[in-house]
Amino acid sequence: MQTVDALAKVCADVRPGEPEEGVLGVVPRWVAAPADVAEAAEVMRVAAEHGLAVVPRGGETRLDWGLPPHRCDLLVDTRRLDRVVEHAAGDLVVTAQAGLPMRRLAEAVAERGQRLSLDVPLAGSTVGGTIATGAAGPLRLLYGAPRDLVIGITIVRADGRTARSGGKVVKNVAGYDLGRLLCGSYGTLGLIVEATFRLHPLPSACAYVTSPVADAGTAHEAVQAVLHSPVVPSALQCWTSPGQGPALGVLVEGVPDGVAARAAHVADLLGPRAAVAEQAPHGWGAYPDGTTLIEVNAPPASLPDLLGALPPEAAAVWSASGHGHVGLPGQMGAGDVASALAKLRGALAPHDGGAVVCYAPEGVREAIDMWGPVPALSLMRRVKDQFDPDHRLSPGRFAGGI
Amino acid sequence: MNGMEQTLRALAERFTGLLGADAVITDPVRLRTYECDGLTAHRAVPGLVVLPDSAEQIAEIVRACVAAGVPYVARGSGTGLSGGALPRTDGVLIVTARMRRVLEIDIPNRRAVVEPGVINLDVTRAVRPYGYYFAPDPSSQQICSVGGNVAENSGGAHCLKYGFTAHHVLACEIVTPDGEIATLRAGGPGYDLLGAFVGAEGTLGITTKITVRLTRLPEAVRTLLAAFDTIEAGGAAVSAIIAAGVVPAAIEMMDALSIEAAEAAVGCGYPPGAGAVLIVELDGPAAEVEHQFAEVERLCRKAGAFEIRVAAGDAERALIWKGRKSAFAAVGRISPAYIVQDGVIPRTALPEVLARIDELSAESGVRVANVFHAGDGNLHPLVLFDDAVPGAAERAEEVSGAILDLCIEHGGSITGEHGVGVDKARYMPRMFNETDLDTMQMVRCGFDPAGLCNPGKVFPTPRLCGEVPGVRRGVHPLVAQGKAEQF
Repeated sequence: MQTVDALAKVCADVRPGEPEEGVLGVVPRWVAAPADVAEAAEVMRVAAEHGLAVVPRGGETRLDWGLPPHRCDLLVDTRRLDRVVEHAAGDLVVTAQAGLPMRRLAEAVAERGQRLSLDVPLAGSTVGGTIATGAAGPLRLLYGAPRDLVIGITIVRADGRTARSGGKVVKNVAGYDLGRLLCGSYGTLGLIVEATFRLHPLPSACAYVTSPVADAGTAHEAVQAVLHSPVVPSALQCWTSPGQGPALGVLVEGVPDGVAARAAHVADLLGPRAAVAEQAPHGWGAYPDGTTLIEVNAPPASLPDLLGALPPEAAAVWSASGHGHVGLPGQMGAGDVASALAKLRGALAPHDGGAVVCYAPEGVREAIDMWGPVPALSLMRRVKDQFDPDHRLSPGRFAGGI
Repeated sequence: MNGMEQTLRALAERFTGLLGADAVITDPVRLRTYECDGLTAHRAVPGLVVLPDSAEQIAEIVRACVAAGVPYVARGSGTGLSGGALPRTDGVLIVTARMRRVLEIDIPNRRAVVEPGVINLDVTRAVRPYGYYFAPDPSSQQICSVGGNVAENSGGAHCLKYGFTAHHVLACEIVTPDGEIATLRAGGPGYDLLGAFVGAEGTLGITTKITVRLTRLPEAVRTLLAAFDTIEAGGAAVSAIIAAGVVPAAIEMMDALSIEAAEAAVGCGYPPGAGAVLIVELDGPAAEVEHQFAEVERLCRKAGAFEIRVAAGDAERALIWKGRKSAFAAVGRISPAYIVQDGVIPRTALPEVLARIDELSAESGVRVANVFHAGDGNLHPLVLFDDAVPGAAERAEEVSGAILDLCIEHGGSITGEHGVGVDKARYMPRMFNETDLDTMQMVRCGFDPAGLCNPGKVFPTPRLCGEVPGVRRGVHPLVAQGKAEQF
């Protein structure tokens, strides 16, 4: 049977890929949009039988992250997998399909006064894509990243079989936690089809305390003062853009009286230029502007070194959780980006940190090492070989050529 | 002397050269000390015990074991409750008790670097002067090791709010099952191997250095004890607290039988006549805690609490916790023997499951005392029996297994914190299907294709590793011997 017929037999929505659907320029031969998990499994089984290279696609917000796939025969579009499977409000747990937009998940659980404590830096991103890229924002300081909030996951393996780990209770140590392994795996280990998250109650009040700071040293001192205070902020951000000095923003959440007292405490710590508002400052939680986006792993005490290593053209957003993003503008040539990246890595290495390029224009990509040094790479390759022995899942998209 | 004994003897000689004679145990009497961990029902005298002092030494030991085809098991303090550190009679037990250094305290980055043998509570002791603590607090925290916490992804009474060990470990240096030293880091480039490693029960390698996240000591801590006529009323209070959007640091519940035991053992003085007591602890910024504490008190009264005691200070808080913390041991006062079960259910299923446990108990004539982390639905039923009565242990085991089935039926888990180990490997197929287990074991095959690193734990049937799927070359020798199944 022809490949396309075999796919069409198991999935009603199969068509040839369009040129504009290229994954970093690699145009898929076919696009399949399975309607449910069983159909997704059938599509993956057919792909295995026909030796197709598969790239998953959700909301297309991070499809241009990473490297282009070596090949892409089949794009599996998850957008029809868009159901909230179960919201167990009394248990503070929700199960959703991979293609569900994060915004709709948020709306669904908000009806019961709850939230998934993950920021959505890019509107339109889906549950599956958020997990596959390990995306998080400012709330990461208190609530962690997807790895900390996913309590169960269902994937379709390279061979088309469906596998599950974890469950729908928060406290659970039965078996390996594949959910954490799949977080940030960029579609290279399996097709994520469903996930269960731990939820939190929506806070009844919140306050954003912001203040410009004179320089990197002052920023560092203020960050340390807030971190070591008993305020327990939900987020503590530092950002900077070309031509402007750094600024700090602290999010405090809780009950109204508590929030007022804690925000006042934070304002005290940040100094006389601090302002308190109920609304998030402009750009809160968004990635910095730029045609090259770099994710930095930069622990709290590395902040002065991080800020010091930024080229003047850079915009940056950093969370005191030790993670941040640096944006570099298109005017910077590939050589300048490469040296800026080397400088960042050099500044962060002594702090056990690093820098990974999320996306960059083609010319820049070719001039740089996107991932930098990858510790334990041989173990990663061996895990990949187990999950995807034929290297058909998003081949070449990931660290170390995986 | 058979082949295995010869191999172990050769290894003992080699390790003596490497570690010194005082770090290698071959004397049968001393070996017996290590025959079990905290779960004494499973015993195996290790073939050989070594007490290394560094990652390099562990790497050498592992390489020697691999070269000789000898299985090895790592052990911290041996407090595990699922037989996860059960030794192999034909293998080497690698004990990390000599690796007890706190290597670095890094307050500006809110982290510390410790060796695997460091005692959980000692991390907190080391950083408390700076206003910090290590959040995971398993009830064995005075003796359990951080390396063991990493293996088991340990929780504790306060994990309801603060999460498990996996949320508090930033990096691990490990010795891989190849005998290489590697560092797994959260948030680095590539796969989150650390996420898979924590909680893998020592089957993916041996931790030699752990970077832990430190948590700021809360400004305020408030604890109350509420007594209810019935367990249902207590359960209703728990649901009401969660529904009100309060996330307490801990919510613990005990039923009448466990209260009776605790009273007999430690005289904790809980309100007489209580069918259930609830311990609720809130912590955080003072202004938040005060508000929420008033709310919790109100909700407990509304649910029918006939007495509420609020701890006025640390001493009174300790008194409230005393009964709960002594509950397991206390059951020894009312029963000659007992099984500690560890299952999880969705919190909302609590009333139904407890009623079913009551029925099970009545039908079988086996008494069950219930102690649980009510906030996260983690049940610790204590199944009581008299080991002098023939058949009693088997009946207790049956009830204990039936309770796990109840947990699975309600969408829960067969273990919330004690781990699978050897004890519950046979229950894994009730919770996961063949493909699920096969997929988990793909991770194991990636790390440990030879299957020598803590074999026989977690999974009921080992997966054969070295094969390319779809290509079968006759029957594998292990299958032929009936020791393994292929799927």
